[in-house]
Amino acid sequence: MGLLSKKDAKLIIDPLADDNPITIQVLGICSALAITAELKASLVMAISVIFVLGMGNVVISLMRNIIPSKIRIIVQLIVVATLVIIVDLVLKAFAYELSKTLSVFVGLIITNCIIMGRFEAFALGNGPWRSFLDGIGNALGYGVILIIVGFFRELLGSGTLFGFPVLGDPIAKTGLYSTGYENNGFMIMPPMALIVVGIIIWVQRSRNKALIED
Amino acid sequence: MGLKNTLHNLKEKYKGTKMAPAFNALHTFLYLPNETTHNGTHIKVADDLKRTMNIVIMAMVPCLIFGIFNAGYQHFEAFGTPVEFLSWDAFYIGIIKILPLLIVSYGVGLGIEFLFAIVKKHEVEEGYLVTGMLVPLIVPIDTPLWMLAVAVAFGVVIGKEVFGGTGMNILNPALTIRAFLFFAYPTWMSGDKVWIEGAVERDQLIAAGEKLDAVSGETILGTLAQGKAVGHDIMDMFLGFIPGSIGETSTILIILGGLFLIFTKIGSWRIMLSSVVGAITMGLIFNGLVNAEVITEGSKFFGLMSTPFWQHLIIGGFAFGTVFMATDPVTASQTNKGKWIYGFLIGFLSIMIRVFNPAYPEGVMLAILLMNVFAPTIDHYVVQGNVKQRMKRLKVKNA
Repeated sequence: MGLLSKKDAKLIIDPLADDNPITIQVLGICSALAITAELKASLVMAISVIFVLGMGNVVISLMRNIIPSKIRIIVQLIVVATLVIIVDLVLKAFAYELSKTLSVFVGLIITNCIIMGRFEAFALGNGPWRSFLDGIGNALGYGVILIIVGFFRELLGSGTLFGFPVLGDPIAKTGLYSTGYENNGFMIMPPMALIVVGIIIWVQRSRNKALIED
Repeated sequence: MGLKNTLHNLKEKYKGTKMAPAFNALHTFLYLPNETTHNGTHIKVADDLKRTMNIVIMAMVPCLIFGIFNAGYQHFEAFGTPVEFLSWDAFYIGIIKILPLLIVSYGVGLGIEFLFAIVKKHEVEEGYLVTGMLVPLIVPIDTPLWMLAVAVAFGVVIGKEVFGGTGMNILNPALTIRAFLFFAYPTWMSGDKVWIEGAVERDQLIAAGEKLDAVSGETILGTLAQGKAVGHDIMDMFLGFIPGSIGETSTILIILGGLFLIFTKIGSWRIMLSSVVGAITMGLIFNGLVNAEVITEGSKFFGLMSTPFWQHLIIGGFAFGTVFMATDPVTASQTNKGKWIYGFLIGFLSIMIRVFNPAYPEGVMLAILLMNVFAPTIDHYVVQGNVKQRMKRLKVKNA
């Protein structure tokens, strides 16, 4: 990356794989399980978190020298709550149906451990530019897993991608369905999200043995 | 050169290579190994894992054979051309449907076991032998083979191998497979069509516009859950001439299998007995509620609640689950006191889920899976209780 120095590029690339917030740090699992039944919801959730975490990290980083450490959690909560309300209102204004699907989980971005974790661990001790990159990187790492899980769950559970029927029509029995294939109803249920995330973790750790903890 | 020698030579040839566990397993599945140790002191026991597994399979064979005949019998009964139970026609329908289920179950399951053994470089474990036999017995006759294959792959990998293979699994693999099928493809696991060979196909033909009579065969539990009158008499239910999953209809054969397991000391009589006691307790509570007129005829629970408590024991998969699946030594409680608690709760919850879950009137699967999860906890408290008791005794003695 020509634009970024090697050290800065690491901030974005590391959380995508070897320091992924979901599969390695096991943070933000709750929303990853709840909203990944559809790819569209996963994507919107990913974008929302990228916005909140990127902006939040910058704001916290700018204020890091004036926040008294005793009340820093409150300040962090106010920052993240403001950003989440912006996201929530934008969704309600421009994608009402989707905001109903995501329902409470947009609001719950506030309590997403990844966000508080990055504020505490990174933004409070680094400059705005590096904090911005770190926020984007971690949110992308979160988003990538969400989209992978959403892809498999929607494809196998409903036979669609972004609501578009890619495997044929299950009622008229066209496409793959004419061979007797059926949608896997279990995929749409939350337990299957946990299992899919588990399988991703399994694959990742067997490819890179250094990630296996004792 | 006999098969044994050929297998032995193959094993020697592949020794130390990646495929070694697979050949080793093939060899020892069929024969005793050639090399045995001669000196030193050994404890000889006859019941190794393989023999244990074989005894359980033997106990299930009557259910399988009965299931084959019953599948055909129910088919002709529902299609309006009844045949004798022990007839070639019935046998033919059954075997042509059940043999592929058996082959897919063993093929996929053992294939995955071999694969994992090779990757993890350990010996192939015998754990799947019983699971592979259980699976065809607890699914409806018309289950599509690819669904079974997917479910078996899921059950073996997620239910067993990720925990470390046979002996380490928390959940009973056969029930994991069935639960997966139930949640993934509910239309193939419940309703009034799947229990009769050919009924689903007939339905599709009707939907395509052919003029045929619809065929249906509801299980006893399904009928009761809908509050309808049951068309089979008690003796049919006890002997097993009713629609249901392939191997679970005949209570008498299951009892014989259970006695065989108890006699050979493979199955735990404590679990079986306490499970029956638990089911009777719950059944009596429900009967009591009906008698006290807390639940009246208008209630949607009336059909199953008013069923006499002892009938709950002979309908649905309760007997089969109790005898062959609750007693799985890996997933059940290990302590004797724990076994009583574990079994009692299985029976108790089975009947409770049966009555309160109108979408799926069979509770034994979910009850066993739930108690599988709690079995280690039960054991922990039983052991801790024992430790406490002994500490107390020690104090009294020393004082």
